This record gives sequence, structure tokens and C-alpha cells, in this order.
Amino acid sequence: MARHTQLTQTPAIVTANAELAERLHKVWETEPGIKGFLGTVDHKEIGIRYIVTSFIFLLIGGVEALILRVQLAQPDLHVLSPEQYNQLFTMHGVSMIFLYAMPVLTGFSNYLWPLLLGARDTALPRVNALSYWLYLFSGLFIYASFFMGHAPNDGWFNYVPYANRQYNPGPNIDFYSLGMIFLGISTTVSSANFVVTAMRTRAAGMSINRIPILVWGTLTSSVANLLVIPAVSLAFFLLYLDRNYGTKFFQPQSGGQPLLWQHLFWIFAHPWVYAIVLPAMGMVSDGLPIFCRRPLVGYTLVALSTMATMAIGFGVWTHHMFATGMSDLALSFFSGVSIIIAVPSAVAVFAWIATIWTGRPVFTAAFHFFAGMIALFVIGGVSGFMTGSVPVDWQLTDTYFVVAHLHYVLIGINVFPVVGAIYMWFPKVTGKFLDERLGKLNFWLMFVGFNLAFFPMHISGLLGMPRRIYTYPHDVGWSAWNLITSIGAFLFAIGVLLLFHNIAVSLRRGKHAGANPWDGGTLEWAIPSPPPPYNFVVLPTVAGRHPLWEDRLDDAPGRSRLDTGLALDKGRQMLGTSVVDAEPAVILQMPFDSYAPFTLAVGTTIIFVGMLYRSWPGMAAGAIITGIALLLWLWPGRLREGSPEAANEPPFAEPDHV
Amino acid sequence: MSAPLNYLTSHGARADMILPLTRGVLIISIIVILIVCGLLAAAIFRRRPVEAPGADPRGLLFRPRGGLTFVYVGVGISTLVLVATTIWTMKTLADVVSPPREAKLTIEVTGHQWWWEARYFSEKPAEIFTTANEIHIPAGEPVRFKLIGGDVIHSFWVPALAGKTDTIPGQTNITWLQAERPGVYRGQCTEYCGKQHANMAFFVVADEPARFEEWRQKQIAPAAPSADVAQGLSAFQTRCGACHTVRGTPAGGKVGPDLTHVMSRGTIAAGTLPNTPGHLTGWIANPQGVKPGNHMPQIDMSGADLNAIRTFLQTLG
Repeated sequence: MARHTQLTQTPAIVTANAELAERLHKVWETEPGIKGFLGTVDHKEIGIRYIVTSFIFLLIGGVEALILRVQLAQPDLHVLSPEQYNQLFTMHGVSMIFLYAMPVLTGFSNYLWPLLLGARDTALPRVNALSYWLYLFSGLFIYASFFMGHAPNDGWFNYVPYANRQYNPGPNIDFYSLGMIFLGISTTVSSANFVVTAMRTRAAGMSINRIPILVWGTLTSSVANLLVIPAVSLAFFLLYLDRNYGTKFFQPQSGGQPLLWQHLFWIFAHPWVYAIVLPAMGMVSDGLPIFCRRPLVGYTLVALSTMATMAIGFGVWTHHMFATGMSDLALSFFSGVSIIIAVPSAVAVFAWIATIWTGRPVFTAAFHFFAGMIALFVIGGVSGFMTGSVPVDWQLTDTYFVVAHLHYVLIGINVFPVVGAIYMWFPKVTGKFLDERLGKLNFWLMFVGFNLAFFPMHISGLLGMPRRIYTYPHDVGWSAWNLITSIGAFLFAIGVLLLFHNIAVSLRRGKHAGANPWDGGTLEWAIPSPPPPYNFVVLPTVAGRHPLWEDRLDDAPGRSRLDTGLALDKGRQMLGTSVVDAEPAVILQMPFDSYAPFTLAVGTTIIFVGMLYRSWPGMAAGAIITGIALLLWLWPGRLREGSPEAANEPPFAEPDHV
Repeated sequence: MSAPLNYLTSHGARADMILPLTRGVLIISIIVILIVCGLLAAAIFRRRPVEAPGADPRGLLFRPRGGLTFVYVGVGISTLVLVATTIWTMKTLADVVSPPREAKLTIEVTGHQWWWEARYFSEKPAEIFTTANEIHIPAGEPVRFKLIGGDVIHSFWVPALAGKTDTIPGQTNITWLQAERPGVYRGQCTEYCGKQHANMAFFVVADEPARFEEWRQKQIAPAAPSADVAQGLSAFQTRCGACHTVRGTPAGGKVGPDLTHVMSRGTIAAGTLPNTPGHLTGWIANPQGVKPGNHMPQIDMSGADLNAIRTFLQTLG
């Protein structure tokens, strides 16, 4: 919601200097105290909050998984009641898929994007703050059910009719339905922010063939989210109406359609799976070149394959439904697409291997995680290819083979790159290295633990163990494999704890890291660690994909300019550029800290609590608070407040629109 | 160790058609993993020419050529394998759509929380009968299954004979299967359906055709309880009759499994317990202890009543 002014005259171009830096610091610094805490719009602060919050959900989801693994370690155990097991496996899935996997990537992209793009913030900072608060409150909303003993109990896929009130009378599914609609708002606004940021706030000269792959990944995911979240929000809203206001959308005895749910859910959830791995694949594509000492092999192919994966990914959702009795024509089509979608993934894998092969790997902890990810990606990829073949899938589906597959994909392609990214960018964020020796131990514990836990699941799956069972008999041949899985799960958990230990230790005693500890080539490594609130003293002009490497690689037509550029110091300002070529187009007047996003999120929370209790006064109260927050947000002329320097400057031309 | 639900072996025409594809894609997958992980390891550990002895590799940068060839060759080969697999898949899919010859027998299976109802169709209305959790079929003959969802979605799966087909309320799914040889093939619900999803097994029992016909005639016949178990019958009617049917007696409930010939089945509670007098008594006395959350209520009854009911049930062969 930045206002902008057409660039009618060239603003001052200056060389970076301490006086300018000091001035920018005052303008961009988050206010201290409660106003700053609730009102900050700094993408770095919001990014860190996203990452920390998502890791807390990861920890909770991990503990849930360990409890499940205790119950399944041996046949016929009674650690959990069936209902407890069902609530735990549901919350495990919901926590990991919705409250960890996407938000952690949103956090990284939030933190890193403006640094990678040479900007001072994302395009819509208050929307960004709103997305975090909505995420936090929707997560707390869903987890409130847990502490009331009524957690969702129908799996993350939440199939009807079991989710209908007739079979599931408690508030469990209402928490989930409303929580998902709630979280969907957060993801939607955050995606909108990423799309605008990628399109309009790149550094001058960063044409679309010079964007880091992480940006391609998150941009692709964000576009997908905008397209598919309406489907799932609608589905959950219809279910909420069915359960609370007597509609019949999903009630077969009244002509409702159980399969309608599955279509609406999976047309969202399959693209979502790609959305929670593509940005992480981007981390690997951007990280490997640094540790292989060469640019990525096949940049254009990898960028295109990112988008191709998502485009094809819109046509594979029914491979979750091969056993529902679909027509043979539909089966053939979706089977074909589900197999062919492996082609763009193959592009990425071979590009990574070629990058390592032709490069000179530096065996840092981050490199371990990125290289390990490639192996796990291949294993998770081929098991996905197997499930794409319909007749085979009729056997594989809903067995532990699929549990193995999805964990190889989600942990392999999300968690491993994310941990690698932590080792790589922690020095940027904190100015301190994580301990590399601990980091390698961390990798091996996680890698061995992970494979010990999840590889045997392929075998218990091939031996016919169905998913989502709270116990199993002793005479079906699954006992030994389950025991190994449970042991591996704990080993993996110890590996994850070691990461937390490393972070805790390194925050206090970490080795000092300079601006560019790994000799990286992209813009984030050009600024101090940790970055100042304004990121760049002068806005950089970019001539290639690796502004910091171009002197040595000589791969850019001209030279990037990082120490001289636009100052843009009249209040919070940054540069808006054109979509394709990133030519300077407008000066963006960015917002200051504001209570509006927080208040809006609180109002929205009250609406959802009102809906949960079917309380019209509650919903009305929430709507009024939301309305007030929106008024506060959209009130004209607030952008330049709080900037004493800016107040003395001649005003800019009237903004043409908001 | 025996694994009755494994699907890397098959015992029937439908599973036979799919098995080569299953094994094929599994082998392709293992080969792909070995090749690609081998390449990855080689890429990481291969010896590199020393260009600047003693130099810290971190300071160096390279822009070697040739990396793209890797991508083109790798993706080219992958694409060929993927296309070939797609064609093989289509071929197999076309093959399994219908049985090798027309099925004479149709069985309607309804998935319930948490048991299976099987209704045997016949052109003669008097020969239609219902049983539960143990589905007999004639060996060597294709059998058609009409699958119906009784409450929530379940999935009908007998891995040795065929892949899964869901039972979905509001729609009828059709599948077929065939057992080559007589035998007992374990089945299991594989769509999550609530608290006792784990304990929702069943058995497909393939008999020689003559034995199957014998079994069928026996199932068609109503129960004929003798006078010695009159007390048990009366207790059954009051305690259990609202939910369970025993044909030939006034007990006609439709909520739970038909028990007319319960003693002909090898297990009770949907494959959860072997059908022995002790387990039967335990199940009647304490169904919530055996399958917590299932829909069979815990009914307070005297030991005498319990024994009488058990004795009555034991006559239902």
C-alpha cells in the first residue's frame, strides 16, 4: 500500500556515506517499546517472527510425531486411546503442513527478499505485518482446540462424511474449518505482497533473467496460493455451514457429494505441496553455487522448471483420488500428468548435480544439507512417480509407502534445505557463525535418523500397513519395521535438537561473521551483518546475476554499482521498477509502524471466535474492530508521519493512487 | 515372517495384471536412485585438478563449461523412461478394467464403521442373503463387487487379489476380483474412517466351486435354534435383537452384522479376535474394551444371560 510518485525528474544520486546512513537509520528504525512490538512493518523483524513461530510449531508437531511413534513401536500397544491417536496424527499433519512448512518459507522470503532484490522493504509492509499476525492468531486458534481436548480428528485432508456433524459431533472440526479459512487469509495477503514485491521492487537493472531462484520459487508459490486458496476456503466454509447452519453440501443422504470435498480440497492441497517445496528448492539453487564456487548450471532452465512444475501441478490433484471410482479417461489423464510432472524436477536435480560436478565444493554444514537434500529429493521423487501410475497406486495408496513418500518429499525438500539455509544465512541475520563442527554432526544425525525412520516405512507399506491406524496386530509382519522407524524418529529428533543447541550456543559465543562470510555473489552479502533497518544506504544498480562476483567472473555486460546510487531519504522511500526489465519507474513512499495490522488481526480473530460459538454479537464486535482498523489503515496522509526530516521537505506531487 | 497384506505377490487375475507394473516401477525407481545418488557422490568426491596449489578454494570462482550437457542428457533419458512408464500404465489400466470373462456372481459390499456387510445377489430372491466380514467366493472365477458406503467413506482392499476401491456413501463403485486358488486372503479398510479404522479387517475366502456352493446353500438357510437354547435366544432377542439379525428368529436389527451363521466365520469384530468361545464371551461382555469407541454398546447383563447368549450363538453354524 505504498504510495508512489511518477519519476518525473532524476532524484539525487549520491555515494554511500555515514551521515546518510545515520539519517536513514532514524527513519527506518522500528520504534522501541510496545508500539514497535505491535506495530513494526520491518520485513526483517516480521521474517524472524515467522521463522521462530514456525519452528515452535515444528517442535510441537515433532513431539506429537514422537508420541505417535511410541504408540506404533510395537503391536497392540495402549499408550494412546484411538481418539487421542487420531487427534495427534491430525494435529501433527496440520502443524507441519500448514503451521510450519509454508510459514517458515514465508519467513525466509520475508527476511531475504528485499536484501536479494536490493530494496528496503517488501512492497506492502503493513500487509506483511497483517499476514504474520493472522498466521499467529490462526495457529493459536487451531491449537486452542488441542488444549480444550477437542482437536481436529479427521486428518489434515478432513474427508466428509466423517467430518460431518452426524459422525463428528464435537467442536473439533469447527476449529479446523474456521482455522483454515483464517490461515487462508494470512497466506493470501502474504502471497499478494510477494507477487507485488517481485514484480515492482527489484533493484534497477535486475531484469527477470537476473532474479535469484529463491525469488522465482516463492513468486511461483505465491501465484499458486492466490489461485488455489479460494477453493479450500470455500470447501471449509461450506463444511462450516453444513455443520452449523443445516446446509447439505456434503451430506449424501440429502444429495450432497462427498467427492466434492475431495476435489475442492486436493485442487488446493496438491499445488500447496509444490508451494511448500519450490522456495526451498530455490534455497538450494542459490546456496549450491556459493559452496561450489561457480554460478548455477542452467539458471534459465531451473527458473522455467520451477514455473513448469507449478503449472503442471494444477493438473494432478486427482492422483489423491485414484481409488474413488473415477472414469477410466480421467484416470488416464491424471496418471499421465502425475508421471510427466517429474520432468521439471529432473531438470533441477541434474542442474544441481552438474553444479557440484563442475564446481569445487566447500564442505560446509550448509553444503551438507543441500547435497543431502538432493539424495532425499530423488528418493521421494521416484516414490511419487510410482504412485502416479494408477494401477500401482491402487495398491500403494493409503499405505505406509505413501507416508514414506510424503516425508521424503516434505522433510527432504523442505526441512533439509531450510536447515541448510539457517547455516548459510544465520551469519547474515545475526553477524555470527553457527558452529560448523556441530553443524556437520547435526547433519549426519538428522540424515541418518531420517533415513532410519522413514526408509523402513516404504517396506512396511509394501507389506500392506495402512495409514492412520492407531495400532496393528502382531501377526502381519510389520513389527520390526515399525520398531526401526520409531528408533530412527528419536534419532532424527536429537538431530533437530542439536540445531537448537547450536543456535543457542552460537547466539552467545558464535564466531564473528563479516558482511560476506561465504563469499556469496548476490546483493544480501553486500550489506553489513546484521543488516541495518534500511538495508541499503544507496539503492544498488544491478548488471548481472551475481553483482559481487562479476569482477572475477566477468559475466555481466556492464558492472553493478553498489556504493553509489539513489539516496531516497525523504521519509521511508524506495524505488519502484518496471516488471520485466526493472527500469526505475516510481519512488515509493513506504508506511511507518502502525497498530492497524495488529488491530485488524485481533478483529478478525474475534470474528472467527464468534463464528465458532455461532455468536452473532461476537461476529459483530469483531467486524466493528476490523472496520475501525481498516479505517485507521486507509486514512489518507499518514505515510509521512513520524519522520521529522521528511516534514521539512517540499511535499511530493499528489499520489495518483494507493 | 508372513505378511498377509503385502502386495509384491499376487494370487488372482486382477492382481496378476498389475504386479509386473508394480515390480517394474519399483525396479526402475531403485535403479534411478542408485544412478542419481551415484552421480551425486561422484560429483562431490571426484578428484579435481589442482589449479592453484595451496589456495583457499573459498576465494576462487569458476565458470566452467559443459554443465548443461549433464542436464540435457539426464533430463532426456528421464523423459524417455517416464513416457515409457506412462504407456505401460495406460496399457495395464485398459487390461484391468474388466475381468477376463464375465462375472457370474455379484456381491454387494457395504462399508460400515467398523465392519463389512456382504450381500450375495441371486436371480432368485429367496437365495439372496447377507453375511459379514468373511466373504466367500468360488476360486478360479471372476466375481463382481458393488461397493457402497454405509456411513462414512471406507476402502475395500484385498492386496493379494486386487487394489483398493473406496466405498463412498451416495455412489456405487464397481470392481472385480478373482482368486486363482482356494485360500484365505486378508482384506483391510484403507480409508481413514474414525476411531476403529485400525480394526476393520475382513477375509476373502476362496473355495473350490463345489464347496462354495455348499457354503452358499448353508448361508441361504435360516437359523434353526433348538429348544435347548431357548433361554439364550430370548436373552439375545431382548439384548441384541435391536441391532443384529438372526434369520429364522424374531431378531431382525439392521445396525450390526447379520449373525445368522456367525459360527461359520473364523473371526469376530471385523477380524479383530479369533472366533473362539472365550473371545466371543469377552467381546459380548466388553466390546468397548476390545474396540474402544465402536458402536456396539456395553450392556449390563448377568453372567447367566451372557452364557446363555454365547451358547445360543454357538449353535449358529
